[in-house]
Amino acid sequence: MKPTDISAPDYFHKVVDCQWACPAHTPVPEYIRLIAEGRYSDAYMINWKSNVFPGILGRTCDRPCEPACRRGRVEENPVAICRLKRVAADFKDDIKHRLPRPGPKNGKRIALIGGGPASLTVARDLAPLGYHCTVFDQDPKAGGMMRSQIPKFRLPDSVIDEETDYILNLGIDFKGGQRIDSLKQLLAENYDAVFVGSGAPRGRELDIPGRKEAAANIHIGIEWLSSVSFGHVEKIGRRVIVLGGGNTAMDCCRTARRLGGADVKVIVRSGFDEMKASPWEKEDALHEDIPILNYMVPVAFIHDNGKLTGVTFQKVKAEYDAKGRRNLVPSGEPDETVVCDDVLVAVGQENAFPWIEADCGIEFDKWHMPKVDPTTFASSNPKVFFGGDAAFGPKNIIWAVAHGHDAALSIHKMLSGEDINERPLPEVHVSSQKMGIHEWSYDNDISTDKRFKVPHRDKVIALKDIRAEVELGYDLKLALGEAERCLNCDVQTVFTAPLCIECDACVDICPMDCITFTQNGDEDDLRQRLKAPSPHHDQALYVADGLKTGRVMAKDEDVCLHCGLCAERCPTGAWDMQKYLIDMVHAGSTCQSKARSAA
Amino acid sequence: MTYIAKPKFHHPGLKKNELGYTHRDYEGKISTLCAGCGHDSITASIIEACYELSIEPHRVAKISGIGCSSKTPDYFLGNSHGFNSVHGRMPSVLTGANLANRDLIYLGVSGDGDSASIGFGQFAHSIRRGVNMTYIVENNGVYGLTKGQFSATADRGSKSKKGVVNTDNAIDLVAIALQLGATFVARSFSGDKTQLVPLIAAAIQHKGASFIDVISPCIAFNNHAGSTKSFDYVREHNDAVNRLDVLVGREPIHVDYAPGTVQVVEQHDGSRIALRKLDADYDAHDRLGAMTFLQKHAAKGQIVTGLLYVDPEAEDLHAHLNTVDTPLNALEAKTLCPGSAALDKINASLR
Repeated sequence: MKPTDISAPDYFHKVVDCQWACPAHTPVPEYIRLIAEGRYSDAYMINWKSNVFPGILGRTCDRPCEPACRRGRVEENPVAICRLKRVAADFKDDIKHRLPRPGPKNGKRIALIGGGPASLTVARDLAPLGYHCTVFDQDPKAGGMMRSQIPKFRLPDSVIDEETDYILNLGIDFKGGQRIDSLKQLLAENYDAVFVGSGAPRGRELDIPGRKEAAANIHIGIEWLSSVSFGHVEKIGRRVIVLGGGNTAMDCCRTARRLGGADVKVIVRSGFDEMKASPWEKEDALHEDIPILNYMVPVAFIHDNGKLTGVTFQKVKAEYDAKGRRNLVPSGEPDETVVCDDVLVAVGQENAFPWIEADCGIEFDKWHMPKVDPTTFASSNPKVFFGGDAAFGPKNIIWAVAHGHDAALSIHKMLSGEDINERPLPEVHVSSQKMGIHEWSYDNDISTDKRFKVPHRDKVIALKDIRAEVELGYDLKLALGEAERCLNCDVQTVFTAPLCIECDACVDICPMDCITFTQNGDEDDLRQRLKAPSPHHDQALYVADGLKTGRVMAKDEDVCLHCGLCAERCPTGAWDMQKYLIDMVHAGSTCQSKARSAA
Repeated sequence: MTYIAKPKFHHPGLKKNELGYTHRDYEGKISTLCAGCGHDSITASIIEACYELSIEPHRVAKISGIGCSSKTPDYFLGNSHGFNSVHGRMPSVLTGANLANRDLIYLGVSGDGDSASIGFGQFAHSIRRGVNMTYIVENNGVYGLTKGQFSATADRGSKSKKGVVNTDNAIDLVAIALQLGATFVARSFSGDKTQLVPLIAAAIQHKGASFIDVISPCIAFNNHAGSTKSFDYVREHNDAVNRLDVLVGREPIHVDYAPGTVQVVEQHDGSRIALRKLDADYDAHDRLGAMTFLQKHAAKGQIVTGLLYVDPEAEDLHAHLNTVDTPLNALEAKTLCPGSAALDKINASLR
């Protein structure tokens, strides 16, 4: 293998699995260390800079970081990264004075369609630079789907208010209750740029017999959630069926439980394990006595002269073809009719752009989605940018934030007369954490604690009040325990071959058998000859040559605990623990820095 | 030294031996020796050898004297018996323990000060008696604990860290062990585990006095230019006569070396080692030849390593003394002390 180029900005970034997996590349270990130190406001600000909505995301994020967390490969469960983010938000001091201020106006006007996470991110990045940002939303208050679709018992209004206000107070012109029905008209108002962050607002229909006749008791999930959220709907029938297996279905069933649904069932086509809902959301639903029935395909709504009485399902089973693709085929069992009073349909969301006229210069693809550049988020109209669910279909908040940052950068570059396709490289800092002979600036003693559970409100009380937040969040003691579980993967093991005397001290002390000194070979061969062979090609091998015996040092990054014992036991300082920080480029970051201090 | 304990987590793909243990289960406490000490590599090699042989930790007694080397039994086999004895007295404590309980595996761990100076006589007598043990000397050529004076194994002409030249002749423990009749004699280097681990495993399986001299650089006081026990010097002057593979169990041997270069040695207990010759002229069954070879190469400044001599038909002290098969500590008082009538009988036979 070729020696590893650790100065490539991505190399160490990938080692910080959580940060690499986060669409916004939040420096997770950095803020978790701050939480452990009790510096909640600092931890909050790191989050705020990168993901804009720490309090909201700390309750609702889809957490792509957690399945990636190295801890999950070392023991049973990853670090509760998401809920630690909430800790930073819950325990911070007043941080208003640390927020950016509206810059002197530069005379450029930006229109943002939709007041959800994508638009608000764009506005936050651009307003301090002097842009005049106008945000339009059909609802009276900002937040978009975060406010309309996520139940209050998961995300209280106060949290949304606080974090949307941080942005709106940057001098943003928020036009609530103003729905944009014509892009053409908006374009005619001569904005310098338009950002479309209008989400994926349409719930998918389930067009099966009985749908029209029994319509009074069949509700589209996201529309129903939104009506509940704004207080237009306050009760539902006693027996409720929720169709669909995504997170919206989980929100629907739990909401129904609080509005009079005593017998609420979720019924899904697929198997339980293949459901789209996050495992923890399924757990929460099951905890509230909501059974999830699987392998049942709805075939008809049953009604008595227009009064819904039940849903008939065909029983299916999963079969896999030669290519491993799953097909649901009838199992041969008789159809089953499940009685109910109301049905909530949560079988997916769609984009809809009836308000974009054909002559606006925006090209659409065959799936009726706008053609959007995945890097710049530009559409075929050079003034119009897309982001969030409006760009590539339904994802989640953290993706919308990531899109927002990139779109804001494009808008800023475009309006500064630069080429939006030239994306500046992030700035990377790598610095030694050595404080003494065996002292490091971080706590390298590995905690063996299991993942701490987040305390929940008592079920009986929680189910009575739709606004009572179910999760109470970690207290400081639990938060400290959970923070200590973080392996500090951003504190990198950096090897300097010319200093190495090949004494094997690092090999002997490494608790995870990560380090091997051996003859070089191609990657497959080398992976087999490691002290603990590693078949996981997605995890890098760190290879260094230039040793006296002609061997190479090969370190498998996969399960390294970053405990620093290799560096502690190294007599010559060939190993060092160096903290890697990457500064993602946002609009208005200082120009691309060439001074990158890698090891 | 390191202040934190070695984390309990281990690699999820770690292999287990016949007993279901990983090599991590053979560890002891975290080492308090200097970072990079050769002794820690020997510790790791002992751990590896015991793991590979699937030795039950409670069947091992590790006995040491005083010195950096003699601290190391604390760092391996944390679930075995241990005795940290008086300076240089490991061999007699080990001999006594062995007499009382012949069923245990005895690991004697010592250093060049412990065995070549204060305990030189003890070393000699345990070897000449053929105590069934694995006697490992962690040989760094200096007194590390007292800041680097030459020890008795330091080569004449080698330089101390301060630049002083050693004018005394060196004791070659391997030569002495050969002369005193050790039935398994090897030399190795802490920086070469592929050689050291099988040597330790073979020595543990050998029934009789096994002696391994392991050159182990002292990072703090004997790893400089002018030292003959530094990493660089040993790597440059290492003349390995053979390589071992220890064959556990009775599975067929896969020989993928050139014909004539591999010799399978079957020991008394049925255990086997495959000896891969690197030097075609070297015969590991020839005690006299080994002594000559050793002296010739030493004169050329070469450090001969490998399995230097093995007597597969070796006998141990218990065979010499014709003791009972049952360990003495397992015999009842009545058997151990048969009473005055038996004594009278013996006395009568001597009149």
